[in-house]
Amino acid sequence: MSPEAAEPTDRGVVVDSLGVGLATGAYGISFGAIGTASGLTLAQTCVLSLLMFSGASQFAFAGVVASGGNPVTGGVTAVLLGSRNMFYGLGMAPRLRVHGWRRLLAAHVVIDESTAMGVARESDRHARIGFYVTGTSIFVLWNLMTFVGALAGNALGDPRTYGLDAAVGAAFLALLWPRLTAWPQRIVAAIGALVAIGAVPLTPAGAPIIIGGAIAVAAGLWLTRGESDAEITDALEHPADQHHHDRPHSRDDTRDERGGS
Amino acid sequence: MTGSSAVWWGVIGASLACYGLKLAGLSVPDRVLEHPMTVRVANLIPVGLLGALIAVQVFATGQALALDARVVGLGVAVLLLVARAPFLVVVGAAALTAALVRLL
Repeated sequence: MSPEAAEPTDRGVVVDSLGVGLATGAYGISFGAIGTASGLTLAQTCVLSLLMFSGASQFAFAGVVASGGNPVTGGVTAVLLGSRNMFYGLGMAPRLRVHGWRRLLAAHVVIDESTAMGVARESDRHARIGFYVTGTSIFVLWNLMTFVGALAGNALGDPRTYGLDAAVGAAFLALLWPRLTAWPQRIVAAIGALVAIGAVPLTPAGAPIIIGGAIAVAAGLWLTRGESDAEITDALEHPADQHHHDRPHSRDDTRDERGGS
Repeated sequence: MTGSSAVWWGVIGASLACYGLKLAGLSVPDRVLEHPMTVRVANLIPVGLLGALIAVQVFATGQALALDARVVGLGVAVLLLVARAPFLVVVGAAALTAALVRLL
């Protein structure tokens, strides 16, 4: 349990975030093409990317309109899928600590990728950099590519040809990797993955992520139930945030030997 | 065009509701955030969330499960992570692998 050893630099976090931003933002072209193919106007397709800015919700809205459903049904489906962003906000709020107009702006870029690139960081500073750089770069590119896709249709091809879909999965795994050093974390990640896979055929797109995540968090709370609040808070606090002196945190080693559960 | 204006109402209404949910999540008061239970939950969220995100990103195509080039890309990512390769090398190699598998 020594994540400090692999603590990245600010520049490293920016580069990583831009990488995810480019890989994800490129999908805007798919949404642009699908939006207009679904019968939405070019303006409606672009406004969805500007105002809704939540991929799964946007695809759901276009899908319902394409299948002849009414816009109210499409809207309700989109909002249900967007509800996971509320939980992402809960995860990001302690790291961002934003108020006033900054919060109004930050809220708009609370999405899957920005949250994933933010919450996984050790220090609050890196959490903020990861969240804002990822969120902003995706917002800019997603909207640009939506416009291009809506104009050009499917002529420009599928981002999957370039393996961009596999890139996003690999990026999330690379973020998760340093956290898989202890058993409770490994089990929580595995439960999240398995429950999400099980939910894919049964629920609308986007829902498996929040279902898998929620059940995994509940399981994690149960697995660590024996540990006192003080122990857990101490173990989870980020070294960079503490007014700590220059003494090493060797207590972590003894805690690992006793086991987490 | 009543049909088009109905779609506009759907677009604007659903967009505002989606934004409202994002804002609500960020607006939970500090005393709730500092509660030990919130700390535990907030620190478990990334692990459970990333596990679910990876699974959906790699195995789902819409509402169907699929084993395709993405799985090979993820396998290459695992090997590189074990070898302690840098982040962008892992991500780039996974994309390249998936693109090559699709070319074959």
